[in-house]
Amino acid sequence: MEGLTLSDAEQKYYSDLFSYCDIESTKKVVVNGRVLELFRAAQLPNDVVLQIMELCGATRLGYFGRSQFYIALKLVAVAQSGFPLRVESINTVKDLPLPRFVASKNEQESRHAASYSSDSENQGSYSGVIPPPPGRGQVKKGSVSHDTVQPRTSADAQEPASPVVSPQQSPPTSPHTWRKHSRHPSGGNSERPLAGPGPFWSPFGEAQSGSSAGDAVWSGHSPPPPQENWVSFADTPPTSTLLTMHPASVQDQTTVRTVASATTAIEIRRQSSSYDDPWKITDEQRQYYVNQFKTIQPDLNGFIPGSAAKEFFTKSKLPILELSHIWELSDFDKDGALTLDEFCAAFHLVVARKNGYDLPEKLPESLMPKLIDLEDSADVGDQPGEVGYSGSPAEAPPSKSPSMPSLNQTWPELNQSSEDTAIVHPVPIRMTPSKIHMQEMELKRTGSDHTNPTSPLLVKPSDLSEENKINSSVKFASGNTVGQQQAGVVAHPPAVPPRPQPSQAPGPAVHRPVDADGLITHTSTSPQQIPEQPNFADFSQFEVFAASNVNEEQDDEAEKHPEVLPAEKASDPANSLRVAKADSKTEEKTAAGAPTNVSKGTAPLAPPPKPVRRRLKSEDELRPEVDEHTQKTGVLAAVLASQPSIPRSVGKDKKAIQASIRRNKETNTVLARLNSELQQQLKDVLEERISLEVQLEQLRPFSHL
Amino acid sequence: MAVCIAVIAKENYPLYIRSAPTENELKFHHMVHTSLDVVDEKISAMGKALLDQRELYLGLLYPTEDYKVYGYVTNSKVKFVMVVDSSNTALRDNEIRSMFRKLHNSYTDVMCNPFYNPGDRIQSRAFDNMVTSMMIQVC
Repeated sequence: MEGLTLSDAEQKYYSDLFSYCDIESTKKVVVNGRVLELFRAAQLPNDVVLQIMELCGATRLGYFGRSQFYIALKLVAVAQSGFPLRVESINTVKDLPLPRFVASKNEQESRHAASYSSDSENQGSYSGVIPPPPGRGQVKKGSVSHDTVQPRTSADAQEPASPVVSPQQSPPTSPHTWRKHSRHPSGGNSERPLAGPGPFWSPFGEAQSGSSAGDAVWSGHSPPPPQENWVSFADTPPTSTLLTMHPASVQDQTTVRTVASATTAIEIRRQSSSYDDPWKITDEQRQYYVNQFKTIQPDLNGFIPGSAAKEFFTKSKLPILELSHIWELSDFDKDGALTLDEFCAAFHLVVARKNGYDLPEKLPESLMPKLIDLEDSADVGDQPGEVGYSGSPAEAPPSKSPSMPSLNQTWPELNQSSEDTAIVHPVPIRMTPSKIHMQEMELKRTGSDHTNPTSPLLVKPSDLSEENKINSSVKFASGNTVGQQQAGVVAHPPAVPPRPQPSQAPGPAVHRPVDADGLITHTSTSPQQIPEQPNFADFSQFEVFAASNVNEEQDDEAEKHPEVLPAEKASDPANSLRVAKADSKTEEKTAAGAPTNVSKGTAPLAPPPKPVRRRLKSEDELRPEVDEHTQKTGVLAAVLASQPSIPRSVGKDKKAIQASIRRNKETNTVLARLNSELQQQLKDVLEERISLEVQLEQLRPFSHL
Repeated sequence: MAVCIAVIAKENYPLYIRSAPTENELKFHHMVHTSLDVVDEKISAMGKALLDQRELYLGLLYPTEDYKVYGYVTNSKVKFVMVVDSSNTALRDNEIRSMFRKLHNSYTDVMCNPFYNPGDRIQSRAFDNMVTSMMIQVC
């Protein structure tokens, strides 16, 4: 064989192609089948192919060694350029463009070839950046990891590939492309590295423009296949099977490309409705985004600050206005920093934009950051609904704009929200009964001595729980027989409390000693704990109280607590007295509640911010409401209940935290509205004054001027 | 409700100004410009001692026969000026306040965007949408 001199670009290209064909990884001999495929993709007439093979010596040898392969490629290039095939021509023809292969898989390669061959061609295009997707087979075979795909990518790139790439390939390609470019500054790729791991779309288009000269046109295939490919690409997972050769899609001239891209976009839109969401992030894409995230912020649960994100996305060379819009869409919680989900969404939007997709007005659902665990898609769906009363993501976080809901809606929403929160709270609060009992016992002991049995506000379930508590506390306070009697007395007015008590009477005797201890130690804290969130776990409290009532009864009978006795006596005379005392006590508790809650929040196992937040929130909500004590005790129970649950599972924790975040936001909204309403009430007089002033001024037009 | 909404920077140049399309925009621009004097007067009247207690909402700046101009200042001396139609008597002070609050929140969101350089004109689509919603509401 004649000595073959190859330029660097050619060298790389050929070696990539060789590795592509070298599926058996022998590094020496290339599989004939692959090579033939390749040559077919070169769109040369068969006899030319045969001639090439003969010239390079493969026919003689019966296989394609590396040198034969290289020679063959060179000859392909020669043939594609229109030069006569001669053995000498491999060296004599100067500035030979790289051979272009048009097979479906090869589109990338052709693009790549184009990029290799002419920097200028691909200057502005992303094609350089987004090297052809890694060989499908390779991608499938190999890991998704970028490293392993890297060499393959280059190989694939060199393969003539139709623009149609299976969706599978597309996602990995882009990241690979990105990386590849960053690593291979060859032929103008160096600038592309940051252009963005665009999926193939634009690269395809670009590549084609680059390769327009040499690419053979696969007649009749131009527009539809690319579109399909495009679509399939967009459709990420499902169409992976489309990998195999698509008829020469795009590859064609620029005109075809432009037509293709235009139609493709339409195709995509049309098909996106029937296929998967084009905004969906594939696994490979997501993996790539996660890796990029790690380069900026190693902690996956952390944030990327705005400045770092700005730098990063500026490299993508999109106009600032569009980047700004992407940021607006993706920074879901509007905190000026990007979480992993937000970052992935932003990256995906950048990629889409680079590939010609228009930016949406609203963040697509598949890109919405999942505030709760990824499985909680329901929460994600709920998020915009819950958080914002409008659908737009920009308005989504109502906590940012508490005044957004119109004032007209304030009152009904306020009421509803408080009720809603009441309903919502109980859910995460179901906890281990034992601890709850323990704490409730303490609570009842110290706190609700004077709870008013006769004022069973039947309106709210909290009342019931309160009553239960009252009953239990009353019993508690009464101590022995007196307590019993009082319990009985107390039990009468509220229908509910007595019921659970008898049923639970046989209850856990085991709790007694525990409770006793708890009572003693916690008495000081329990009253303070009482003014917890009122709305919490009303229903759960009900059960708890019922259970605790029983326990308390038993304890009362068994033990005499000094505090109980005086309480007893106090309660004996009159319910009204009790009520008064209870009220005062609750108020005290309320006052102490805030600081106590904070301290209490830190004490329990529960994540400090969660219970604190709940308490504060509930406290706020409660203030305008009348039933403070019921709620407080309820809240306390809820908080206590939450504590045991917390150590259970991190997942629940996280969900609970996020649920509480949501609740807090809702509460914020409610409070803000309440605030505005109160302000309005305050300002009525001021308004009148202003209007009067205005009228006065209007009556004196000239003097004012 | 508003026929014109403007965001003025600290140095008294407009960052964003939008009028209801049917009206003579120049007239509104002039009104906003003249209202800046009133805003400055109100700010200075508070005195330095009250800087922290100064309320952001300035209230009615001055009325004309057709329109009323309301003002709002942020702590960074960015001013929001809103011109409303006088015939719209249903507008209460509290509603104006809530509108300014919305404006302020959206402005904050724009500021949080790292791609926004303070001092640039506001080109955020979200901000535009919010302002449009406020203007359409009235009409």
